[in-house]
Amino acid sequence: MTAAQNPNAILAVENVAMHFGGLIAISDMNFHVNEGELVSLIGPNGAGKTTAFNIITGFQRPTKGRVTFRGTSLGGLKPHQVTALGLVRTFQRTNLFDKISVFENVLIGLHRKTSARLLGTLLSLPRERKAEAELRDQAWEILRLVGIEHQAKERAASLPYGDQRLLGVALALAAQPSALLLDEPVSGMNATETGRFIELVNKLRARGTTILLVEHDMPMVMGISDRIVVLNYGRIIANGTPKEIQNDPDVIQAYLGQGVKHA
Amino acid sequence: MNRFLPLIVLAFFVSVPLWLTDQYYLHTLVVCGIFMLAAMSLNLLLGYTGQLSLGHVAFFGIGAYVSALTSLGFSVSIFGYQITHDPWPPVVGVVLGGAVAGLCGYLIGKLAFRVRGAYFVIVTVSFAEVIRLISLNWIELTNGPLALPGIPPLTLGFEPIGYLTLWDKAANFYVVLTFIVVTYIIIKRLIDSPYGRAMIALRENETLATSVGISVTRYLVLAAVFAGTIAGVSGTLYAHYIQIIDPAIFMFLNTVTMVIMVITGGKGTLAGPVVGGLIFGIAPVILRKYVGPEVQWILYGSLMILIVFVLPEGIVPAIERWFGRASAKNSELALEPGKGARS
Ligand SMILES: Nc1ncnc2c1ncn2[C@@H]1O[C@H](COP(=O)(O)OP(=O)(O)OP(=O)(O)O)[C@@H](O)[C@H]1O
Ligand SMILES: [Mg+2]
Repeated sequence: MTAAQNPNAILAVENVAMHFGGLIAISDMNFHVNEGELVSLIGPNGAGKTTAFNIITGFQRPTKGRVTFRGTSLGGLKPHQVTALGLVRTFQRTNLFDKISVFENVLIGLHRKTSARLLGTLLSLPRERKAEAELRDQAWEILRLVGIEHQAKERAASLPYGDQRLLGVALALAAQPSALLLDEPVSGMNATETGRFIELVNKLRARGTTILLVEHDMPMVMGISDRIVVLNYGRIIANGTPKEIQNDPDVIQAYLGQGVKHA
Repeated sequence: MNRFLPLIVLAFFVSVPLWLTDQYYLHTLVVCGIFMLAAMSLNLLLGYTGQLSLGHVAFFGIGAYVSALTSLGFSVSIFGYQITHDPWPPVVGVVLGGAVAGLCGYLIGKLAFRVRGAYFVIVTVSFAEVIRLISLNWIELTNGPLALPGIPPLTLGFEPIGYLTLWDKAANFYVVLTFIVVTYIIIKRLIDSPYGRAMIALRENETLATSVGISVTRYLVLAAVFAGTIAGVSGTLYAHYIQIIDPAIFMFLNTVTMVIMVITGGKGTLAGPVVGGLIFGIAPVILRKYVGPEVQWILYGSLMILIVFVLPEGIVPAIERWFGRASAKNSELALEPGKGARS
C-alpha cells in the first residue's frame, strides 16, 4: 500500500531498494506508518532493518524508490534536514557524546529547541539567557522522563550499559520527534530495564508520538505493536497485527521457525 | 576560584606597563598578545570543531594587508581601469581587515568543509600559499618583497574630542589587551551557547550530531567565519604596531607558532591559547638573551615536545585536573547541570 492509498500515513516507504555492490540489502520495500501508530519492523539478522532506518533518515541514499514523511519526499535530504521535519532515530550500537556529561548530551540533543540568536548570544541579552535557562529545564524534564536524572553529572561513557541505551533515547527525544525510529532499544537490557523501557514507550505514545521499532525481543514486540512488518532477506514477507503475524506460515517458516535469536 | 582567576590575571596584566619599564620586554608582550589573539581564533577551529587549519596565517596576513592598504591608500589598474584609494583612518582598516578575513573564512569554510581530515588540511595550506604568492607578485598593490612601509599607527578618538595616536608601547599594550579580553568573552559566550555546543558535538560525534538536527556545514562555517575574523583583526593590529609588513608574514612558521600555542596550552579550552601564547610568545625572547639562535630553536622545540609528551591534552586541562577535580570534569563545555544561565 502506498501513501496515496493511506491518507493517515505519516511515513511511507515506497519501492525502496538498496544494493551494496552485488549484495542486495533491500530488494523492494513498501510499507507505511500511520500517525500515532507503533509499527515494529522485525526480521532475522542481516534482513535489512538498520539499512531501512539509514535510508529513511538520510544517512544512506537508496538505489531506487522513495520515502515520504508527512507528504514531503525525503529524497536528497541530509540527516539534519530529516530531523528538522520531526523524524528522529536512535542507533543500534550505542552512540553518545562519550566524553561529556549526560546533562550536556541532552543539551546538545535539544539543539532544535533553542531560540537563541547569534548576536543576542554574543551580547548575552536577557532573551538569550532566558532561552538557555529554559533549555536547561527541558533537559532536566527529558532526563526525568527517561529516568536517568540522578546520573546527570556522569560522563556518558561511564554509565551502566542500560542507562547508556536510555541516554541514546533521551538524545533522540530532545530532538523533538513527532515520529521516532528506535533501532533495537532494549538489546542488552535486563528484564527490569526492558519493563521500564516499555513504560517509557507507552508514555511517548500517550503524547501522540508515532513509533517505528526495530527489535529482536519478541515478547516486547508482540506486546506493544499495533502492526508488525516482517522483513527477510531484504523483502517484506508479512505485514499485519501481532496476532496475524504469529499465525503467518511464511513468518513461522522464515523467521520464528529458525529459533528466536536474542530472546 | 575558577571564576576569579581570569580577573586576577587581568588585573596583573593591566598593571604590567606601570612597573615594566624595559621597552623591549613590553614590545615582546605586545607581539605575544597579537599572536595569542590569533591562537585564540585558531582554537575555535582546532579546539572546538576539531578541524586542523594549517593555513591560519592567511587570515592573519589578509587582515594585515587589508588594513595596511586601507590606511596607506593605493592605486592599481585592473583590466585597464585605474582604481585609486585614498588613505582612510587605521581604525577603518581594522574593521575592514577583520571583515575581509571573515569573508575568506566563510568561503574557505564552504569549500573546505565538504572535505575533512587530511583534505581540509591541504585546502587550508594551499589557500595560505596562494595568498602569499599574491602578496609577493601583485607588486603594484603590495610592493611585493619590497614590503609596505610606513603603515600609520592606530589612532583612537573622534573629531570633537581629539585623537590619540598609539605611538608608544604601553598604549599598544592596552589596546591589544582589550582585544584579547573582548575576544575571550565572545568565545566564552559562543562556547557556552547552543552554537558552541553544536561545534563541540560535531567534533565529538558527527553522525550523532547530525541525527539530532545539527547542520555540519552551518556550524563549521560559522566557526571558520569567527576564526577568520578574529585572526584578521589580530593581523591588523600587527600591521599598525610593527608599521611595516611584507610577504614573510605568511610564512608557515607563523601558523606553526599558533598551532603550538593552542596545543600546548590545551585545545578546546578557553584559557589554553592564552597560556600557550604566553609561554611561546615570551620564551624565545628570554632564551635569546642567553643562547644562540640554533640552541634557542632546539630548546624551543624540546619544550614543545616535552609539554606534548608529559601533558598530551595541554597545560590547562592538566592544571584543572590537579586543582579542582569537580570543575575539571566540565572544563570542555563549562556547563554544569543546575548552573543556570544567570550565573
Ligand atoms: N554499508 C554497507 N556496505 C555493505 N553491506 C552492508 C552495509 N550495510 C549493511 N550491509 C549489509 O546489508 C545487509 C543488511 O544489513 P542491516 O544492518 O540492515 O541488517 P539488520 O536487519 O539491521 O540486522 P541486525 O538485526 O543484525 O541488526 C547485511 O547483509 C549487511 O552486511
Ligand atoms: Mg540492525
